[in-house]
Amino acid sequence: MRKTALTDEILLSIDKPARYIGNEVNSVIKDLTQVNIRFAMCFPDVYEIGMSHLGIQILYDMFNQMEDVYCERVYSPWTDLDKIMRERNIPLFALESQDPIKAFDFLGITIQYEMCYTNILQVLELSQIPLLASERGEEFPIVIGGGPCTYNPEPLADFFDLFYIGEGETSYFPLLEAYRENKKNGGNKLDFLKKAAQIPGIYVPSFYDVKYKEDGTVKEFTPNVAEAPKTIRKEIVMDVSETFYPKKPVVPFIKATQDRVVLEIQRGCIRGCRFCQAGMIYRPVRERSLDMLKEYAYEMLHNTGYEEISLSSLSSSDYSQLQGLVNFLIEEFKEQGVNISLPSLRIDEFSLDVMSKVQDVRKSSLTFAPEAGTQRLRDVINKGLTEEVIIEGAGKAFESGWNRVKLYFMLGLPTETLEDMVGIAELSDKIARRYYEIPKDQRNGKVQIVASTSFFVPKPFTPFQWATMSTKEEFIEKARIVKQAIKSQLNQKSIKYNWHEADLTVLEGVLARGDRRVSKVILQAYRNGCIYDAWSETFDYSKWLAAFENTGVDINFYTTRERALDEIFPWDFIDTGVTKEFLKREWENAKNGLITLNCKMACSGCGAMIFNGGVCFEDKN
Amino acid sequence: MEVYALKIRIKFKKEDSMKFIGHLDIMRYFQKAMRRADIDIAYSEGYSPHQIMSFASPLGVGITSDGEYIDIEIKNRISSKEAMHKLNEVMVEGIEILSFRQLPKDSKNAMSIVEAADYEIKFREGYEPKLWEERLKDFFTQEEITVTKKTKKSEKEVDIKPMIYSLNVSNGKVSMQIASGSANNLKPELVMQAFCEFIDFEPREFALLIHRKELYVNIGDESKKEFLALENLGEELYE
Repeated sequence: MRKTALTDEILLSIDKPARYIGNEVNSVIKDLTQVNIRFAMCFPDVYEIGMSHLGIQILYDMFNQMEDVYCERVYSPWTDLDKIMRERNIPLFALESQDPIKAFDFLGITIQYEMCYTNILQVLELSQIPLLASERGEEFPIVIGGGPCTYNPEPLADFFDLFYIGEGETSYFPLLEAYRENKKNGGNKLDFLKKAAQIPGIYVPSFYDVKYKEDGTVKEFTPNVAEAPKTIRKEIVMDVSETFYPKKPVVPFIKATQDRVVLEIQRGCIRGCRFCQAGMIYRPVRERSLDMLKEYAYEMLHNTGYEEISLSSLSSSDYSQLQGLVNFLIEEFKEQGVNISLPSLRIDEFSLDVMSKVQDVRKSSLTFAPEAGTQRLRDVINKGLTEEVIIEGAGKAFESGWNRVKLYFMLGLPTETLEDMVGIAELSDKIARRYYEIPKDQRNGKVQIVASTSFFVPKPFTPFQWATMSTKEEFIEKARIVKQAIKSQLNQKSIKYNWHEADLTVLEGVLARGDRRVSKVILQAYRNGCIYDAWSETFDYSKWLAAFENTGVDINFYTTRERALDEIFPWDFIDTGVTKEFLKREWENAKNGLITLNCKMACSGCGAMIFNGGVCFEDKN
Repeated sequence: MEVYALKIRIKFKKEDSMKFIGHLDIMRYFQKAMRRADIDIAYSEGYSPHQIMSFASPLGVGITSDGEYIDIEIKNRISSKEAMHKLNEVMVEGIEILSFRQLPKDSKNAMSIVEAADYEIKFREGYEPKLWEERLKDFFTQEEITVTKKTKKSEKEVDIKPMIYSLNVSNGKVSMQIASGSANNLKPELVMQAFCEFIDFEPREFALLIHRKELYVNIGDESKKEFLALENLGEELYE
């Protein structure tokens, strides 16, 4: 009989007990007597979110293929259970064995977005592991951070023993081997960390010292042990067809956010949008082979029983075998009642044809992400989507029966003017006008346009890493201007406008480009009671503001301050392949409104060619 | 030529931690399990076809069972043995297929014919009243057993005695056969609540461990009920 860490009474008194009992289809059970290394893999958010994450499924499968390693999962307990665990001193446990995390060798935490930082502290504290790495003795697990936010790990430096920078399929093998060796030789944690620091992609924050200038910027960042390299290059898998990918992903009992088979078709993006961190840090583009994807689609559907399969990547329309793959999926699986869900594709004849085959046109909507309201600003951000293309695509779709359009924009982009904000309203209106050009008897009722704006956050390793960010008040004013402008359009009744929370954006700005001094703000915010900051029902801005006040850290230093071109950034020690010179060049191009061609058209010399593969070595047109 | 689908009744058990998986999630679980096991299940017509599958009676969260039923239709004949093997290969620990039987063509689905259920109930250790077992007989021999049923609008007194077909206790375990289904439905918790009131005992929350043993159809009539386990309306499919 399976044990549960929580009693029946607790499980019956909390929401969705299935979050905490494990035993899901394809979860891995191992004989603990045959296992040498126990690895707890954590997504610091609620189960339904964490279970939807592909990266953990890949690593879970990969780790458990190693005979002497047992990888188990753990997620943030929801606030109801969180309270009970604190009251009764129940240690956080892994789903598979239901054993306490504190007895594991490793706790690996994937860090996908800034607003989960306080949940990282929640996971550590509920696990009864000291929050600060410097206060953790030999008996505690090694705490590893991974995922996109570790491209600037500095705000979290105090809490982690090491960070794994880049894709997980490579350096975990030497890392675990170093751990085995160290254990065999009777080495301690420090011995292990010194070995780890020499493994590609591994960053041990305690092995580096940071000195600051009087103006608060970084003066120098230097290793304090001989084993620690000066720079750390991200890890990357070059052959993405011959690598780890789960044939038997874990299937949750309760409905997860991503409740389907996910097929990742490529990594990276050729587009080079200047605001987009993913588009820079995952370079170069590497495609999976059609044969591999066909095989995995079949195996994964069969092994999970899912009724839906979804393709996943950045800018999926750029995948060279897309037509072949989509046609295969439709022919092979549509008859068996399998839904095929497509990521947002560029709207053209092919995508409209495919969409009409796999979805109910009346129920689905078209998605465009122009990101900016005018061509001038779209050139600044290098978003190669023109008004003509949008209107033409929308027109074709309207003629085929669609009548719903979603538009995504950003407010607060560098060089933005009033005209750009008003442009959001005007573009929305033009799309509506295009709809009403269709004769009344041939169109499908009214058109519904939803325009959404998010606020721009400058991210490390993008050409906009030098940019200033707007204040909360400025953001709110910008949204007001757009709202006003939409109201004065001819088709205002067909346009719905949504905008994001401004205070959340400000925090994201601090955490995204923060340095080690931001660690104490995060800790203080957590002490003030912040948790689940990504959830509007639990997010409390005033507690964060109090934390900044308590710690004397200035928000504007990290957000609105204009950075000089020669400033040393806290994340400069990471080498993503893409050079700082390229990013500077792109920052200049942005300010001059000059576009840069995508990787398939011409090489812009970003530096990613150093990885010897992918799109960099394909013919250009 | 018209193709007939075969009506199938599946019996399964649900135990251990699987009692925390709610009814809707168990339905989704079985839809996926059919695909994993390559059961040739029939689908409904229409734009978004779904598996033809219905459950006899939802089981509450926290309750275990030896007698859960699903009715499905399959397009091609398969032996009971093979189907059970295929399904049990893809089950999680705590859910086990107990039978897979063919129903006559004109059978009604299980949900519409359930009339009774067997339950076994224990007090959780440390939560039990003192010397309660001997009082159960007195409780059941009452002329009437009235409970207050609360609805959203009102409270009313109901006599549940006619819905309790048998009630026994041995070794700290209460066994009861009670009305279940769409016409008359009695929850076992309500019987135990009435008993606790009868002996003047206030149970703590989650004091009861409830286990469903079996679901029945009535093959007698109203005055003389004759209960048959739902699976016994079906026949084994041989190789």
